[in-house]
Amino acid sequence: MQSHSDKTGMIAKKRVSYRVMAAIGAFLAMMVFVMPNMLYPIFLMKVMCFALFACAFNLLVGFAGLLSFGTAAFFGSASYISAHAAKVWGFPPEFAILAGTAAAALLGLVIGAISIQRQGIYFAMITLALSQMIYFLALQMPFTHGEDGIQGVPRGILFGLFDLNDIMTMYYFVLAVFCAGFYLVWRTVHSPFGQTLKAIRENETRAISLGYKVYYYKLVAFVLYASLTGLAGATKAIVFQLASLTDITWQMSGEAILMTLLGGMGTLVGPVIGAAIVVTLENYLASTNLPVTVVIGGIFVVCVLAFRKGIVGELQAAWERSRNRRDR
Amino acid sequence: MNEHADGGRVLEIENLCAYYGDSQALHDVSLKVAKGEVVTLLGRNGAGKSSTLRSIVGIVQRRTGSIRFNSKELIGMPKHHVSRLGIGYVPEERGIFSSLSVAENLMLPRVVQPEGMTKDDIFCLFPNLEGRDTLQGTRLSGGEQQMLAIARILRTGAKTILLDEPTEGLAPVIIDQIGASLRVLREKGFTILLVEQNFRFAAQIADRHYIMEEGHIADMMLTSEIDANKSKLEKYLGV
Amino acid sequence: MFELLGISPQVLMGQLMLGLINGAFYALLSLGLAVIFGMLHIVNLAHGALYMLGAFLAWMLWTFLGLGYFWALLLVPLALGLVGVVLERTMIRRLAGFDPLYSLLLTFGIALILEGAFRHFYGVSGQPYPGPDIFQGGFNLGFMFLPTYRAWVLGLSLVVCFGIWFLIERTRLGANLRAATENPVLVQVFGVNVPLMVTLTYGLGAALAGLAGTLAAPIYQVNPNMGSHLIIIVFAVVVIGGMGSILGAILTGLALGVIEGLTKVFYPEAANVVVFVIMVIVLMFKPSGLFGREM
Repeated sequence: MQSHSDKTGMIAKKRVSYRVMAAIGAFLAMMVFVMPNMLYPIFLMKVMCFALFACAFNLLVGFAGLLSFGTAAFFGSASYISAHAAKVWGFPPEFAILAGTAAAALLGLVIGAISIQRQGIYFAMITLALSQMIYFLALQMPFTHGEDGIQGVPRGILFGLFDLNDIMTMYYFVLAVFCAGFYLVWRTVHSPFGQTLKAIRENETRAISLGYKVYYYKLVAFVLYASLTGLAGATKAIVFQLASLTDITWQMSGEAILMTLLGGMGTLVGPVIGAAIVVTLENYLASTNLPVTVVIGGIFVVCVLAFRKGIVGELQAAWERSRNRRDR
Repeated sequence: MNEHADGGRVLEIENLCAYYGDSQALHDVSLKVAKGEVVTLLGRNGAGKSSTLRSIVGIVQRRTGSIRFNSKELIGMPKHHVSRLGIGYVPEERGIFSSLSVAENLMLPRVVQPEGMTKDDIFCLFPNLEGRDTLQGTRLSGGEQQMLAIARILRTGAKTILLDEPTEGLAPVIIDQIGASLRVLREKGFTILLVEQNFRFAAQIADRHYIMEEGHIADMMLTSEIDANKSKLEKYLGV
Repeated sequence: MFELLGISPQVLMGQLMLGLINGAFYALLSLGLAVIFGMLHIVNLAHGALYMLGAFLAWMLWTFLGLGYFWALLLVPLALGLVGVVLERTMIRRLAGFDPLYSLLLTFGIALILEGAFRHFYGVSGQPYPGPDIFQGGFNLGFMFLPTYRAWVLGLSLVVCFGIWFLIERTRLGANLRAATENPVLVQVFGVNVPLMVTLTYGLGAALAGLAGTLAAPIYQVNPNMGSHLIIIVFAVVVIGGMGSILGAILTGLALGVIEGLTKVFYPEAANVVVFVIMVIVLMFKPSGLFGREM
């Protein structure tokens, strides 16, 4: 027999489900109909690419508990491969992006396999060093054209049907890519796999003693992170028709950390908000005389010292506190 | 030659409560130790004995109440000032540093009062430590590490010593050695607050015994009263 | 023998010397990092920025106050030491109880602020800084020409490195430091003011970075990127040597400078990455580093 609290629990879950569906619906409606008329689509596309970039990083750090300092390696390499595929090999955009993502996934497998053997600071250091190696490779390889980067990347015709040179078509495509990526992160977090990751993050020794092959769980999470980061980079190359060294520097890895930290590590929506804020801020600062790096660094410092939960995290904590007070 | 106005009480603890995070380890602990006394804290594992010593030197997260040493209030004092008053602490885990040699371990604690033991005096008391100067501290045996942990306090000139389970995990021969050295210290007028689970060892050197249970003082016995109350004691200690 | 390898002895020795000089900088900087990591258990990503700040301070002393090289050698480390003390007391200390990855991020943010500020005011091109006249010219050693200034850099670095090593491993103060690294709470109970030691240690690390910056100013152009360029290699050096090991930092720094130099002779494309390759290999087989103890 179901107890009363079980029933209310199930009803509560259904209500939450409806609320979540409503929120998603509202968001999609906003993004499809409202936003492109309020803000420049190209700006929105930039935000979405970096939101995906941050969500991928958050999957690794917020849910798997691994702080990687090498995100740029995947972002940049996917960007270069995608750009090269579209421009030099003449791939249509969907295959160019696929190629970039696949390259990032492969790189993720290799770097992950090496790095995951260590934990904590050592893991972070290995990812940093390996991504620096990728940086120097990119600097020297002829196909990247060094400081110039790969310019004039053609946008092409998607699936042979949709001309991505039309800005709104491109916009909806990027929106679809972002939603797909976000959905993948969401499903992963809420899956049994995601729960195991959470358990590993909270108490790795116990997870090992329970028989979980912790290394493989971490590796899968790492490859997912690398692939989604690659998807973001590959898409960005098509949108902005450019792949450059900036995408593969360790400062870019730092941006991933900043966006996630600012938005809220370990929350689903946090990285999206963090990315939106950082991109907006950088855009705005670029037109003023203020030094972007200093402001970014300042936000970093403030976040780490006083605001570790990030925006969404703090909101969630405040919500919990008010709920506790109501229940008493 | 009693320098202390309040009847020779060196250590006076009143209503001490101690907390590790949200959990409360000590509930209103009150005890006194007079100059030259050797007093033990007896009790089972987890009774709060070590927490009491840790509270005195200031290692717990949060303390309320009053801990007075020679009339000076210790709660609120910066951690590195406490030993300057003349208190020496020998922790349960002994705390011998692996990155220091035996000699460096011996010299580490700050000298706080002038009549500290010289190296020769110390080697008289603990001959095992002689000639091991350059050895890495943790290469000594368990018993020798215990002796080193006591020896380095004796060097500082502190006349009040807090000892946490000095005989834990040691062979009977070493336990006897340590017991003998503690008796020597007692002859020399040291004040000792000793935490022990082994009440037979405690009875050999101490005058009084506080019995702790679940974070508070349950009882107090003089050594002379132990024989008469053996069964009560064994119940407290879960023997 | 050299003819067999197809390399002239001049080129080889020249690169070896360059490598050794680089190694001296690596050693000085990784010493500072190792000292900071040992005591504070934080990875000081701001170290490169502090090095750059030191070089700029030396340049500013000369440009605005007319104070030359030897003044800089004295004043810059002191100033950087003060900067380090302030940084530790105001910000780094607040993260003491948290996951060390937060301190890593904090120092990263500080690095961004420092480098961004200097890039804003001075752009990315370098400012020239004249070396001291007394060290102009060089010695002809027969198989190579050794510039005097470079010999001075090498000599001073070795003296400073050895001095710090001696201080930490052979003195009472060093014993306090080593013990505090292991069990800071107990050391405080023994009467040592550990929080003060922690602050001063960070200051010492910063001072070492400042000294390296001053030494570097006449050789490499003083520019805002000079630190971020170097910092990652220095980290690899520290990781290879063992993150808390003083001796490891010094020896590995020197050795890796030489190895980098040799790689430039025989396989120039790999010179940038050889340090990282070595780091990955070492981490796979001896994660605590060549001289390190498992933390």
